[in-house]
Amino acid sequence: MTAALERVDTGRPAAPARGRSRARTRHRLTVLAFLAPAITGFVLFFGYPLVATVVFSFTRYDLINPPEFVGLANYLFMLDDPLFLTSIYNTLWLVVVVTISRVVFALGVASVIARLRSGVGLIRTLCYLPSLAPPVAATLVFFLVMRPNGGPLDTALGWFGLQGPLWFSDPDWAKPGLAVILLWVSGDLVIILLAAVLDVPQEQYEAAELDGAGALRRWWHITLPTISPVLLFGVVNSVIVALQLFTQAVVAGSAGSGAADVTGNTRNLGFPDNSTLTFPVWLYTQGFRYFDMGYAAAMATVLFVVSFAATAVLVQRMRRSSHQEEGGSGA
Amino acid sequence: MRLTSRAALLCVAAAVSLTACAAGASRSDRTGPAEAPAKDAAFTLTVWSNYSDRELAAVTEAMETFREIYPDVTIEHQGSQDDDKITAGIRSGNPPDLALSFTTDNIGQFCSSGAFQELKPYLERDRVDLSQISEAVRSYTEFKGNRCAMPMLTDVNGLYYNAAMVEAAGISAPPRTTSELLEQAKKLTRRAPDGSLEVVGFLPSMPYYQNRPQIWAPNFGADWFGPDGRSGLADSPGWQEMFRFQKELVDFYGHDALERFRAGLGQEYSPDHAFHQGKIAMMVDGEFRTAFIKAQAPQVRFGTAPFPVADSVADTYGTGLTSGTIMGIPKGSKNPGAAWELIKYLSLDTDVIVQMSNAIKNVPNTRAALEDPRLEVDEQFRTFVDMARSDDLEGSPVTPIGDAHLKVVSDFATSWQAGQVPDLVEGLRAVDRQIDDQIAKSGK
Repeated sequence: MTAALERVDTGRPAAPARGRSRARTRHRLTVLAFLAPAITGFVLFFGYPLVATVVFSFTRYDLINPPEFVGLANYLFMLDDPLFLTSIYNTLWLVVVVTISRVVFALGVASVIARLRSGVGLIRTLCYLPSLAPPVAATLVFFLVMRPNGGPLDTALGWFGLQGPLWFSDPDWAKPGLAVILLWVSGDLVIILLAAVLDVPQEQYEAAELDGAGALRRWWHITLPTISPVLLFGVVNSVIVALQLFTQAVVAGSAGSGAADVTGNTRNLGFPDNSTLTFPVWLYTQGFRYFDMGYAAAMATVLFVVSFAATAVLVQRMRRSSHQEEGGSGA
Repeated sequence: MRLTSRAALLCVAAAVSLTACAAGASRSDRTGPAEAPAKDAAFTLTVWSNYSDRELAAVTEAMETFREIYPDVTIEHQGSQDDDKITAGIRSGNPPDLALSFTTDNIGQFCSSGAFQELKPYLERDRVDLSQISEAVRSYTEFKGNRCAMPMLTDVNGLYYNAAMVEAAGISAPPRTTSELLEQAKKLTRRAPDGSLEVVGFLPSMPYYQNRPQIWAPNFGADWFGPDGRSGLADSPGWQEMFRFQKELVDFYGHDALERFRAGLGQEYSPDHAFHQGKIAMMVDGEFRTAFIKAQAPQVRFGTAPFPVADSVADTYGTGLTSGTIMGIPKGSKNPGAAWELIKYLSLDTDVIVQMSNAIKNVPNTRAALEDPRLEVDEQFRTFVDMARSDDLEGSPVTPIGDAHLKVVSDFATSWQAGQVPDLVEGLRAVDRQIDDQIAKSGK
């Protein structure tokens, strides 16, 4: 549109047009100068690695020698790689369970704290503190607490005649164990949701109360729609946390196999029975333990596309429902 | 819009070019060996290893004796550096002068990719006689004829048994065959009144502690590769014998009971190790365990012996796996000539080998050091020294795919011991396919 306007011969003297053009260029350069740090950071730390990953995904690359182009071979190998599917299953399981449980747990805790009249500061701090724990230390602590045959949890269950599961030694319980750890460190989300809950205008509650709405209806029709953008953030954040789960899975698998104090290749990644082999763990294994960075890059590309698509769908749906809500209330 | 597209295209082109440059920048070829430094030269050598604590101090002290040859050398020995960090150092163009790797799993990659420089020119120039190192140890420091590493001491795996438990059970001698191991394991097992396991005679769970396929394989005569160079587990009877032995023992304990018992055991290098705690009576482990037991559980009275062999290969008693720390000159090393001199010193000098062996209780890697009278050999350590002298040991399998083949077999073992594999041979064929696919994918 701008270009079309420039081409029109208005019959006016050329000098003011040139002046306008110069001013526009100057304005653009100024904008660009202000944006430069952000653009540089984006290109260097996001754009370049992203493009490099996609390029490497079409190559055979052992990290040392120049990559060789292999076309779609890495993508086709995924179809024959049984652990690729295992790692996808494990990660999807964690995405679903962790996202739901984390958001519900954080929202529940935030709603309770919002109603407290005293000791709010202390409880808020106690909720947030676990999220500051280093993931390795937190996982090891949980491993020791949940350890069968003498661990505190197992001992406590024993007082009631119950026998706890084997947690990180049982393929059926290892993923729930990881989910519990992630739940424990979701204090950051509790604080964010608490801020959102406290931000809901009180007069809306009062008006609804006068109309005879009960606590549940007030929560459903006022609290939930108001905090829905923050809730969306919580969902997206939880999906990403679960998609990227690496450290806790490696530490739990290593400790479960008696090799927490072993470094390097002798660690048993995925233990027990590949139940903790998440997508990022298998990607790391292929790239850095099997020296196949081309295949690892192909896996990373798949992960990026899936994460991007999942986030886009979530944002789209949330926006749509938010618009519907606004339209509904407007009517 | 057009501007945006151009900018995006420019970004992509720049990224692709940068990617190609970054990948290609690591190529630096050297022809011929680098000169050794002059005796009076002052220089610094950076050495990365994965040693820590007690072992790091002892090995650093041994390295310091290099000053007897080069009085003005400064050695900067950094511990806790695993293979990931070595690879990252090479890629970034800032590797150490000399790298020590704790695992032999990556030797195939290090040699085939050129991550470690070829040592043949140095060996030929200095006329190094490699026959002073056993064939098994030589085998795990090279890949397809390319020697890119030298050993620094070596590890030998054997049987450990709790002497008090063995005596109490009336067992007069350690088992020599897996049938005897099976019988003794059953005798040494103790159950609580509720049927749960209190003491396990021999823990067969794999992967756990040193129960790893590469460690068990030599004792069953199990071959990794067939004559055609392809994965050959299904066609090697040793693997079937190994897995049947394992399953028989698992079934004796009961899979669930064994899993519950195992889940409560301590970590491998902690004082809570099950053998230190008297929870397992026999196990397979490396010679270094003798030092760990004496340091962490001096109250445990224990004996050692070669690990039993399968009945079908009973005449190979005394064999076992040998592997250990390897040393190489990383691509991009700033002082390769001096690094080679230090490698030669640590790998072949009898005095320093004996000093290090006495300090960290690893087995010497040369025949001369194995016979040296200054070598401190107690009753338990003697087993491993005798095994190393025998020439009956086998090295780790060397592949260009890291430990991918080991994981595939370990995963299979997990499914097999849980009773999830209906047909052993078919299962092993699937293992072969996975290993072959992974190697084919590597293109090496």
